[in-house]
Amino acid sequence: MNVTDTSITPADLGGYASREAESENFLSYPKGILSWLVTLDHKRIGILYLICILTAFFIGGMFALLIRTELLTPGPTIVDADTYNQLFTLHGAIMIFLFIIPGIPAALGNFALPLMLGAKDVAFPRLNLTSWYLWLIGAAFTVFSLVNGGADTGWTFYTPYSTQTDGAIISITMGVFILGFSSILTGLNFLVTIHRLRPPGMTWFKMPLFLWAIYGTAIMQVLATPVIGITMLLLIVERTLGFGIFDPALGGDPVLFQHFFWFYSHPAVYIMILPALGIMSEIFSVFSRKHIFGYKFIAFSSIVLAILSFLVWGHHMFPSGQSQLANFVFSALTFTVSIPTAIKMFNWLATMYKGEIVLKTPMLYALSFMFLFGIGGLTGLFLGALAVDIHLHDTYFVVAHFHYVMFGGTVIAFLAGLHYWWPKVFGRMYNETLGRIGAAIIFVGFNMTFLSQFVMGSQGMPRRYYNYLDEYTIYHHISTGGSYLMAVGFFLIAGYLLHSLLKGKRAPANPWGGNTLEWHVPSPPPYYNFKEAPRVGDPYDFSEIHWDERIEGYVFRKAEGSA
Amino acid sequence: MGALLIALAGLALAGKEKTFWLPKQSSTIAAEIDWVWGFIFWLSAIFFVIIVGLTILFAIQYRARPGYATARKHSSHNMTLELTWTIIPSLLIIPIFWFGFKAYLDMTVPPANSYEIGVTAQRWAWMFTYPNGYVDENLHVPVDRPVKLVMQSEDVIHSFFVPNFRVKRDIVPGRYNIAWFEATEAGEHVIFCTEYCGTGHSDMLSKVVVHPAGEFEPWLEDASNFLDKLAPAEAGAMLYNMRGCKQCHTVDGTIRIGPSFKGAWGAEHALSDGSKVTVEENYVRQSILDPASQVVAGYDAVMPTYKGRLKDQEITAIIAYIKSLQ
Amino acid sequence: MGKKHSSDGAGHAEHPKWMQHHFDTPSQQFASSKMGMWLFLATEVLLFAGLFCAYAVYRANHMEMFVFGHQFLDVKWGAINTCVLLFSSLTAAWSVRAAQVGQKTLMIVLLFLTMCCGGGFMAIKYVEYSHKIHDGLLWGTQYKPTGHAAEVIHGEEAHAAGDLGGAHGRVDAGHTEAEQVAAIEAAHGAKAAGDAKAAGDAHTAGDAHAAGDGNATTAAPPAEAGAMHATELPADVLAIDAAERSATQPAAIGPRGLVPVAETDAAHAEAGGHHWEGPIPDNVHIFFGIYFGMTGLHGIHVLIGMIILGWLIYRALKNDFSPEYFTPVDLGVLYWHLVDLIWIFLFPLLYLIG
Repeated sequence: MNVTDTSITPADLGGYASREAESENFLSYPKGILSWLVTLDHKRIGILYLICILTAFFIGGMFALLIRTELLTPGPTIVDADTYNQLFTLHGAIMIFLFIIPGIPAALGNFALPLMLGAKDVAFPRLNLTSWYLWLIGAAFTVFSLVNGGADTGWTFYTPYSTQTDGAIISITMGVFILGFSSILTGLNFLVTIHRLRPPGMTWFKMPLFLWAIYGTAIMQVLATPVIGITMLLLIVERTLGFGIFDPALGGDPVLFQHFFWFYSHPAVYIMILPALGIMSEIFSVFSRKHIFGYKFIAFSSIVLAILSFLVWGHHMFPSGQSQLANFVFSALTFTVSIPTAIKMFNWLATMYKGEIVLKTPMLYALSFMFLFGIGGLTGLFLGALAVDIHLHDTYFVVAHFHYVMFGGTVIAFLAGLHYWWPKVFGRMYNETLGRIGAAIIFVGFNMTFLSQFVMGSQGMPRRYYNYLDEYTIYHHISTGGSYLMAVGFFLIAGYLLHSLLKGKRAPANPWGGNTLEWHVPSPPPYYNFKEAPRVGDPYDFSEIHWDERIEGYVFRKAEGSA
Repeated sequence: MGALLIALAGLALAGKEKTFWLPKQSSTIAAEIDWVWGFIFWLSAIFFVIIVGLTILFAIQYRARPGYATARKHSSHNMTLELTWTIIPSLLIIPIFWFGFKAYLDMTVPPANSYEIGVTAQRWAWMFTYPNGYVDENLHVPVDRPVKLVMQSEDVIHSFFVPNFRVKRDIVPGRYNIAWFEATEAGEHVIFCTEYCGTGHSDMLSKVVVHPAGEFEPWLEDASNFLDKLAPAEAGAMLYNMRGCKQCHTVDGTIRIGPSFKGAWGAEHALSDGSKVTVEENYVRQSILDPASQVVAGYDAVMPTYKGRLKDQEITAIIAYIKSLQ
Repeated sequence: MGKKHSSDGAGHAEHPKWMQHHFDTPSQQFASSKMGMWLFLATEVLLFAGLFCAYAVYRANHMEMFVFGHQFLDVKWGAINTCVLLFSSLTAAWSVRAAQVGQKTLMIVLLFLTMCCGGGFMAIKYVEYSHKIHDGLLWGTQYKPTGHAAEVIHGEEAHAAGDLGGAHGRVDAGHTEAEQVAAIEAAHGAKAAGDAKAAGDAHTAGDAHAAGDGNATTAAPPAEAGAMHATELPADVLAIDAAERSATQPAAIGPRGLVPVAETDAAHAEAGGHHWEGPIPDNVHIFFGIYFGMTGLHGIHVLIGMIILGWLIYRALKNDFSPEYFTPVDLGVLYWHLVDLIWIFLFPLLYLIG
């Protein structure tokens, strides 16, 4: 708008200095499928992850549609009870272990972390590739259970049911064990990268908030995941060798299994949501064209969340017969988790205040995130309050709550991040109008699907039910209708994103006006990221970034006097 | 949003009857829990309106548009503000926690004079044992009297849930779990199993029958005498319904988890170990007392033993019932 | 670390072959590798932490099964293994020093010695495990102490006890199918009841046992007559003193955990040379489950450690290390120290404290 210096450098055009230099684009160099399969480039590994987790999301989503279709009527609709039980087990296991946990950190994080940090790569590139292959092996084990008799335990694998039931429990638990390894190696890699590979000038408080979130996530990945590893191993020896540690028939304690399981799986919930919160911090600031409000509070709240997440696992077991003292402590600690989350939301609001809000697709997702994650977080208060949780525990209220958090929070943030970084990753723009329509369809469909589940849940409808009382039918109808609408939304999104890959307009280096380091390199970035150590400034200072009509992107303009 | 409005209206009418959100209040603790529920609901609603309201307001008022520009310099930090929105929510969660915990204590400690009923959960049936030893498929209780349930599981973890009473408790095998309630009016209420337990999980329903004052004891006396009052085959049919047989064995020839009883008598069954057996008195008795010893080919050995749980006279009645299903 | 990446690093400046392109300085690379290893060790500790928690929970709730079970572990072999591992830590640490100062041959010898110690540890573990397997002192469903075990453990002393306890000797010799069935039935009955109904079900158990084995009835009258032991440990494994037995009359024998114990007069048992007083606890198999779980997982780690040491020796022979670059030796040895450290906790927790 008020650009005085009219000379445009090729870098501003979002591209490379010359045709020749364009061969440095990480997507095209080096060439060949094999070069992708043995790549050590964090950006390519990020894309490999992206392809894989989106495939997992598709499979998990298909299971979700089958579940919702089955629940259109009480009793049998399209499948029998045993098949239904396998469907929701695999839906849960695939969505959690294959999609959401690696989703933001391993796919988007792998791509963005070294770029945002100003590093050439992650600390251990080979380990990074290894964790992708481990993901593949783990995924193979998990999906193999489908053809090997199916697993029908629910994704929680509670003993003694999981030690007694027929089916491919060993295959799926082995899968979870291997996926845990993958997750640990990713977290470890990120921690070391953030600690050791920061370029000169990149101090802790110059780091973009997404990196703080990834840092908190990595702490949890490293410290919590080994526990699910040993739990799954114990479950496997319990089934194969009859170990008896969790089997009441052998004097074992099945509730101990629940403690082990949730000691991991509660932090896992934060492994899922924390990177989402990080993406939101980036998007709210960039699309409000305004410095993020309360940087330090947002940064530290990520670390506080990571620590608190280890202290609240017992709230998954309020009615299990654990002691009243334990329930007292876990309930009290559970409420403390709401504070850092609330701090983040208020800071985002303050960031929007008096900004210049650009309602592009990523920002629309961010706005719906406020709505959906708001509901998800606030309904957590119901479940943290002991007496109310007793009534709501294991009902559809819980199902709706965690879908509002996991889908309304994480998946929406994932979509926001995907649309935010898409031009940077692939160097192509997507159709903005379709993007907005997609965001709207997902928003409406999601609320239809899960708002109705809050109602039937508080009316008493238990979860994991194949058959149900007639009084719940109306809610199930609304819910299933909403899920079909969401499916339409996702096919639309898949459609325009694929289209953009082939026919999309060339993306400028900085389509949204971000100031984190990834926007300072061409789109897509060169394979070596930075030719020389990047100059690090305040990542949320937009005063030198201006819109330029000619390239339909933002350009960096120094203040008076600088070149 | 429409749903939300109906919800708000529903909550305004909260009382003993079913509302938009919550089921009927039929126990002494239900009102207190619903009060906590309502407290959290309204508090959340206020916060939700503030957050989403401001989000929408800002998105409209400060949207980028031709001719609109704000001053480029903004404060990006304000300690007073940060502390305000840290401390106020911190203070608000204290009462939520406290009310929740207080109501929880009231619902977990059974009064000393409670009427005690044994509960046995197994895949996929409930059995309620009254103090005189009588076992029923439904939970019959007197109105206005605290009832303590001493619950155990035969196989995997189950959970006892009566929405109208707001009572829920897991039943973990290998230990006893306690729940209690006091029904406030005569009537019937559904019992759900809320811990996933396999194929028949969603059919593991039963009901609580609350008897009006003075009618519970006569009912129990009458019900307990069924073995003497009824013909063996009729008593067997009652046992079939009440003791969990019907969850797996049909009487119309369809196949569920176990073989159907229809036409079984006198038939020859192939067992999973390859041998054959004719269905007669001793085979049926053996199958009830040690089910795993002679499993019919094609079925899983999932039936729990009834050793010590069915009297000889009851087994005889069941045999008579199977005989009658020709 | 030896091979160059194809995908990173513009500008191939002069640098050693072990230096990776995305690092700026060797010290940055070393610090990163070291931090990565420490984090990995943290995850290893947490992996074991699950088992340590299981140990703590069961020990807190059922002290007696640990006190009883630990007698069957051989402190002598455990102590030797502790020494072997401590010595291996010394040689391992020394090998790093040798690498730092460039004494290649010494480093290789020390790494080889460390690996041999690992092998020795596993060999001793093999001896210990095979004893346990032979004696049937295993986990959960596999917990079936055999009569023969007694002779191995207690020698003549147990023999004498077994002879004196004539009837019980016969039970063991036969280990008849009938007894097994009876025992399983007994366990079944008890399972439904749980602990609280202990007394009542013990009758069933006792009766079932009695019905299952005629010989036993003569020696041990029906359960209601006296004390009962809810364990399948046969008489001579426990070396129940014969005279004492005639007074206390143990009866119920079940393979499964929930067969209850009726608290009665003390029974005496000799196990592993220790004098045992009081009723034999339930669910001793849980102790062995935890023992095999912890030492088994540790053993796997020793094996992995040996593979790493072997790989280090191979790299050292290839002249990959120098005083400037010995990161893999440093990290491999760190891993080995962790394996040691875990054993230092396992030994007292499992073998020593009772």
